[in-house]
Amino acid sequence: MKKLLSAVIFLLAVIGGLTLWNRQLTTSRQASSPTKTLVIYNWGDYIDPALITKFEKQTGYHVDYETFDSNEAMLTKIQQGGTRYDLAVPSEYTVTRMAKAHLIRPLDHQQLPNLQNIDPRLLNQSFDPRNKYSVPYFWGTLGIIYNDRLVKNPPQHWNQLWEPRFHKQEMLLDSARDMMGIALITQGHSVNTTDTATLVAAEQKLTHLMPNTRAVVGDEMKLYLERNEAALGVTYSGDAAEMMAVNSHLHYVVPSEGSNIWYDNFVIPKTAKNTKAAYAFINFMLEPKNAAQNADYVGYATPNRQAKKYLDPEIINNKAFYPDERTMEHLEVYKDLPRKVNQTYNDLFLKFKMTK
Amino acid sequence: MSKNKHLVFTLPYILWLALFVTAPLVLIFYQSFLNINGHLTWDNYRDYIHSATYLQMTFNSVWYALVITVITLVVAYPVAYVIAQLRSKDFWLALIILPTWINLLLKTYAFIGLLGQHGSINNFLRFIGVGSHQLLFTNAAFVWVAAYIELPFMVLPIFNAITAIPTSLINASLDLGASRWQTLTKVIFPLSKSGVAAGIQAVFIPSLSLFMITRLIGGNRVITLGTAIEEHFLTTQNWGMGSTIGVVLVLAMLIVMVLTDDNNKKGGA
Repeated sequence: MKKLLSAVIFLLAVIGGLTLWNRQLTTSRQASSPTKTLVIYNWGDYIDPALITKFEKQTGYHVDYETFDSNEAMLTKIQQGGTRYDLAVPSEYTVTRMAKAHLIRPLDHQQLPNLQNIDPRLLNQSFDPRNKYSVPYFWGTLGIIYNDRLVKNPPQHWNQLWEPRFHKQEMLLDSARDMMGIALITQGHSVNTTDTATLVAAEQKLTHLMPNTRAVVGDEMKLYLERNEAALGVTYSGDAAEMMAVNSHLHYVVPSEGSNIWYDNFVIPKTAKNTKAAYAFINFMLEPKNAAQNADYVGYATPNRQAKKYLDPEIINNKAFYPDERTMEHLEVYKDLPRKVNQTYNDLFLKFKMTK
Repeated sequence: MSKNKHLVFTLPYILWLALFVTAPLVLIFYQSFLNINGHLTWDNYRDYIHSATYLQMTFNSVWYALVITVITLVVAYPVAYVIAQLRSKDFWLALIILPTWINLLLKTYAFIGLLGQHGSINNFLRFIGVGSHQLLFTNAAFVWVAAYIELPFMVLPIFNAITAIPTSLINASLDLGASRWQTLTKVIFPLSKSGVAAGIQAVFIPSLSLFMITRLIGGNRVITLGTAIEEHFLTTQNWGMGSTIGVVLVLAMLIVMVLTDDNNKKGGA
């Protein structure tokens, strides 16, 4: 009994001590911070660390860099408060959601002179008209990756995925929006279709893809394709770039008839304490040279028009990552669909996964 | 004083039960009656019963859990029996338990390396001239990996039950003219039934809701209720429907508990 009691007291003392220490740490940081610290909330491994150091040296701000691994997790954390992120990097549909929930601040374009460096084709998108809340950071597409040792005459269009010659060769994404979107495109519909009958027809079409399907996977696809485990896969351009860096037999195609185009964007959350530093950082990252250095490190497509002259021409002219005008016209952004429709997409996709 | 002592010792347990067992169950049960707009409704249960997809998925879950349990039982009983006879049983038991120290996902990733087109198993098959086969993303691979992961949880309770049987009983059986086989089937097996029941519960119940292995090894060609729950909570954020499936799983587990408990009592009588 005595032992137990002393153990409990000891634990309580430790907890009390840690709480005090924690409080002291946060207050001392806050005392020195608001004007001097910039807190950035970004995806993991999604920036060249050398650029952060350069920014700190140039401006004298101290950067606190925190990471997240899903839009939903990021949104929940900002929504629950208690955080002081000055900058966050959500994907396009999450920008809409955050704007609707009043979690982000309208941007003052006067303070963003470098916004003019961005390719105008990538501005003023439906998810954030006139870029009221967001500045594009990186962008990319959904497409087909294939292994040139296993595929002769690689597919250039979504429809070709249904060809019998790819029996059990394909890896599909475990994502309702993406896979239903592909089926919708082959039937000439928008990836943002909300009509139930059209969606049911798309699921029917998708069912016929099952004989060609080896597996329906998530991030593991990278591992499998790098190890030549499958000949073809449906994937995002960012993941494709990573896989291609490991396995030189892999190639990426964006079907010209249409696909999804996605954006990751800088936004300033409502909880920001140092908007001045946030604007400074966005401007810094929009400097053509910095944007080029970052794109070189991350491997995704930069929306910065001026940065392209500092990038390897081989990358800039690669239509897989910087599609031509004709393809660009057919690319569509995912809209934030009503929950009911979102449910329909997922129910139908679950049904598809159940087909043998 | 002794009554007070009693309270002090049981209080943490009661608090634990209330916070981490009862409260979540009540919450799941409550959530299962909410639709996406947060209104109370029976719709989730109605949708569940009328959806061929969910019923098929429920059947899949129960069926695969059953197959996994039977395989682990068939493998685990002889293993537990043999280890119980060995002189250095602690060492062999430690070898069985050791893999449970390794993270589940890591073990699963290791199997990707083993089962892949260019993995060790296919290399061996090519070497002996059988040629490579598609092993990953098959039902067999899924069942195999799941059975491997669940195996220690079946071996342990059976081993404990067998070692708890007094040697004098076994000696008496042999002295009185029973053969080794008769001793095994008429004495040892009935006396170790409680261990078998505990093992079945420890394997069948988690097997019902496996989901990471269905995706990593099964390539989502094997869909169980765990997959649906994950989707409802993470993607569509329809917590109501996810909870309804959770309630169905809880019911399935209760049924298993009752069934294995019954067997146990008959064995003891």
